[in-house]
Amino acid sequence: MNALISTALSGVLLMFVGLFVRNRQHIKYFAIAAVLVAFVANLAEAATLQEGSRALYGMIEVSRFSILFNAVALGATLLYFLLSGSEFEKVGVHVADYFALVFFILSGITLASSFSNLLMLFLAIEIISIPQYILAGSDKRNLKSNEAALKYFLMGSFSTGILLMGIALIYGAAGTFNIRELALGSGALHPLVVSGIMLLIFALSFKVSAVPFHFWTPDVYDGSPTVFTSFMATVVKAGGFIAFLRLFHESFTSGAASEHWLLVLAIIAAGTLVLGNFTAVFQQSVKRMLAYSSIAQAGFMLLAVIALNETATQGIILYAAAYSVATIGMFAVLMKVKDYTFEGFNGLARKQPLLALAATVFLFSLAGIPLTAGFFAKYFVLAAAVQQGQLLWLVILAVICAAISVYYYFRVIIAMYFKAGEPEVMPFSAGFKAMLIVAIAIVIALGVYPGLLLQWM
Amino acid sequence: MLTVLLILIPLVTGLLTFGGKGSGPKVLGLVSSLASLAVVAGALFQFQSAPEGLQVTAAWIPQLGSTFSVGLDGMGLMLCLLTAIAFLLVFITIYNRDYERPGSFYGLMLLSQAGLVGVFTAYDALLFYVFWELALIPVYFLCSMWGGEKRVPVTFKFFIYTFTGSLLMLVGIIYLYLQSPDRSFSYASFTNLNLPAQEQSWLFWLLFVAFAIKMPIFPFHTWQPDTYEQSPTPVTMILSGVMVKMGLFGVLRWLLPVLPQGAFMWADVAIVLSVIGIVYASCIAMVQQDFKRLIAYSSIAHIGLMSAAIFANNEQSLQGIQVQMFNHGINIIGLWIVVEIIQQRLKVKNMEELGGIAQYAPRMAIFLVIIALANIALPLTNGFVGEFLMFSGLFQYNIWVMAVAGLGIILAAVYTLNMLQKVIFGESNSLTATTTDLQNTELVALSLIVIVILVLGVYPRPMLELVSSTTELVNSVF
Repeated sequence: MNALISTALSGVLLMFVGLFVRNRQHIKYFAIAAVLVAFVANLAEAATLQEGSRALYGMIEVSRFSILFNAVALGATLLYFLLSGSEFEKVGVHVADYFALVFFILSGITLASSFSNLLMLFLAIEIISIPQYILAGSDKRNLKSNEAALKYFLMGSFSTGILLMGIALIYGAAGTFNIRELALGSGALHPLVVSGIMLLIFALSFKVSAVPFHFWTPDVYDGSPTVFTSFMATVVKAGGFIAFLRLFHESFTSGAASEHWLLVLAIIAAGTLVLGNFTAVFQQSVKRMLAYSSIAQAGFMLLAVIALNETATQGIILYAAAYSVATIGMFAVLMKVKDYTFEGFNGLARKQPLLALAATVFLFSLAGIPLTAGFFAKYFVLAAAVQQGQLLWLVILAVICAAISVYYYFRVIIAMYFKAGEPEVMPFSAGFKAMLIVAIAIVIALGVYPGLLLQWM
Repeated sequence: MLTVLLILIPLVTGLLTFGGKGSGPKVLGLVSSLASLAVVAGALFQFQSAPEGLQVTAAWIPQLGSTFSVGLDGMGLMLCLLTAIAFLLVFITIYNRDYERPGSFYGLMLLSQAGLVGVFTAYDALLFYVFWELALIPVYFLCSMWGGEKRVPVTFKFFIYTFTGSLLMLVGIIYLYLQSPDRSFSYASFTNLNLPAQEQSWLFWLLFVAFAIKMPIFPFHTWQPDTYEQSPTPVTMILSGVMVKMGLFGVLRWLLPVLPQGAFMWADVAIVLSVIGIVYASCIAMVQQDFKRLIAYSSIAHIGLMSAAIFANNEQSLQGIQVQMFNHGINIIGLWIVVEIIQQRLKVKNMEELGGIAQYAPRMAIFLVIIALANIALPLTNGFVGEFLMFSGLFQYNIWVMAVAGLGIILAAVYTLNMLQKVIFGESNSLTATTTDLQNTELVALSLIVIVILVLGVYPRPMLELVSSTTELVNSVF
C-alpha cells in the first residue's frame, strides 16, 4: 500500500513541480528522491506486515512477495533514472510530465503486484497502459513516434476490451470479483469461465507481448523515444507478468481449471520463444534486436507463469530483476552510441572500454551465461518448468532458443571487440560511469549469489 | 583449503593482470602458474596423508540446496596437475613473445585456468556447470581477439556449439536435481539417485551430448579442426591439452556414476561413434597439408580411443584412460610448442613448404621426434602405458571393436612419420634454411616435456596409483 500511495502522490506532485521548477536537473533530482522515498516506504511496510491483511474492502492484499516485487520494480526504476534520467530532457520540453507519467505507471505496477480483485487487476493494467501511450508519442515531431503511439493506443484499447470481456464472463459464472473466491471447484468448468479465462490469457498476452499478440511490440519499441522504450521493455513488462502470475496462480490452479489453459499458454510460450528468437537473429538495428529479444525473454517468463510452483515465483522475481537491470543498462549504453545499427558498435571496445565492458556484461546476463544474474533467472524458470512435470518439450525448446539468443547478443559483442571502426559516441558524465559500474556489480553479484534477493522471499 | 587456493590463485592473479602493461603480465602469469604448481604438489602430499582435508564445503545458495563444494580425488588431482603444468609450459614457451594488449591476454588465460580447475574440483553439480561455462568464455575472447584470419566466425561456431551442449546438460542436471530426495546438487545425492532405467536412458543423451561436443567425438567434432587452426597457438595448447579433458572428465565424474544403467544401455552406440571417429579422423589426418589441422585431427583420433575406453568400462580401460588423459595432454602440448616455434620463425604452416629443418635446428628436431613417437605410443614413452591399458580393456569388451580401434595406431604412425619426414627431414628450401634453433625458454619447456615423457614411460606406477582410487569408485557402481 505504501508504495502505491507514494508513487501516485509523487506523480501528482511532479506535474505541479513542472509548473514551478524551470531547472530540468532539479526535476530529475526530485524524481530520483521520490523513487527513493517510495522504495523505503515500501520496505518499511514489510516490518509491520501481517500476512493476509487486506485493504480497500479486501480488494488489495499486500504480501511479502508483492513487497519484494515492488522493491525490484522501484529499484530498477531508480537505476533507470540514474542511468538515463538526463535523456528525458532530450525528448521534449515537458520533462516533469514524463517523470510524472513514469510514476503513474509505477503506481499501476504496485497495484498489479497486490490486487486481489479482478476490478483492481483491470485498473492496474489500465493505469500501466495509458501513460505508456502518451510516452510512446512524446517525441511529437517524429513521425515514427506518432505512429508508435497510435498503433499502441488502438491495439491496446482493443485488448483492454477483451480483458474486460473476460472479467465479465468470469463474473457471470462465479458471481464475485474476488480472485480467491472464484470457487471454480474441481468438477467440470462452466463454459463461461473457460471462455473468460481464454480472453484473459489473450488480453494479458497482449500486454506482455507474447506471440501471436506481439505485433505492436517491434514498431512501438522502435518508434518510441529510446529512453522510454527502455522503461517499457523492462519494468512495465515485469509488471504485466506479475499480474499474469498472480491471477493465474491464485485463481485458476484448482483441479480442472489448469487443464483448460495450461496447453494454450504453453503453446503461446513456445511461439513466443521461437518467433522472438528467430526474428531477433535477422535484425539490423540493435534497438530492434532488443525489441525482439524482449519478446523472446517474455517467452521465458511465461514458463514461470505456466509452471505454477514455488520455484516459479522465485524465478519471476529473479527474472524481473535480472532482465530489468540488464536491459536498462543495455539501453543506457545504446543511447550513448549515435548509430543504432550493429555497425555502429564496431570498435567500441577500443574507444570506450567501460561502455563495451558494461554492454558485454549486460548481454551475457540476457543470454544467461553463468556468473551473471541472467543465468540464475533462466535457471529458476527452467527448473520450475521441469518440476511441473508435463512440459519437458517446452523446456528443451526454451533451451535451444536460449542457444539461438547467444547468436544475436554476441553479434554486438563481436562488433564491439573484434571489428575495427570509429563509433560515434555521445559524451557522458562521471556519474554515468559510476552508475554503469554499479549496474555491472549488481548483475554479477546476483549471478554469484542469487540469495541476496531470494532470502527476502 | 589447498583446493580453494588452487582456484583462487589464477582467479585473483587473472583479475590483477587486466590492464597490466609491458612485461608485468608475463611475470605475473609465470609466478601464478608456478604457485599453482606448488599448491598442486602440496595437495599431492596431503592426498597421501589426509585426503579428507582436501574437501571444502561452504554455503552458497541454500534456497536451491546448492553448496560451494570442492574437493580432490585421484583423478581430480591428476587433472589439476596437468592444468598447472600445461599453463606453466605455455607461459614459459611464450615468455619471449609479445602479444598485443598483454594484460588482457594473460588475464584471460589465467581466468580460463581458474575455470578449468573449478571443473575438475567441483563436487556440486550446479557449481560444476558454472565452472564449465566459466572456462569457455575467456577462451572465446582469446581466440576471437588473437586468432587467425577467420577467427571470428570460427570461434563463434565453437561457442554456440558448446553452449548448446551445455544448456542441454543444464536441463539434465535440473531433472536429476528434482529427482534427488533431499533436493540437493551434491555429488553424493546425485550418485545415490538410482533412477529407473528408462529415465536414465534419455537423460544419458542430455548429458552425453554436452560432453561429446567438448571432447569432441564424431559426429560432434566439426568445430574442432577450425578452432584449433584459427586460435593463437598458446590457446590451442590449452584447448587440446586440457580443455578437451573436461569432456572425458565429465563422463567419468558425472555420467557413469550418476547414470550407470543409461551408460550401459548406450555404451555400444558411444563406442561405435568413438571408433568411427578414430578411423575417420586418422584418415583425414593422413591427407592434411596443414600442420595445425593434422595435429587437430590426430587429437580427435586419440580422444576417440579414450572415449571408447571409458564406455568399455572395466578396470583396465578406466585406468588407461585416466593415465592417458594426462599423457595426451603433455604430448600434444609438446607438439603445439614445436608448431608454435616453427610458425613463429617461418610464418607458414603448410607442410609442403617446410623440409630439412633438422639441418638447421637439430635440437628442435630431436625434441619433435621424441614427442611425436610418444604421441603414437611407442613403448618406453608415456603414451604406451595408457594406450596399452585401454586396448586391453577394449579387448575384454569386444575383440572386434579393439581391432578396428587398433587401426588407429597404424594410421597414427603413418601420418605422424609422414609429418616428421616432410617437416624436419628431406630437402631444405630457401625459407627453411633461415630456421634458427631453440631459444632458452623453448628449450626449458620442451626439456620438461621430454623428461615427463620418458619418466612416465619407464616408471608409470605413481600415476597409476594416483588414479586407482577413482577407478575403483567408478567401476564399483556397475
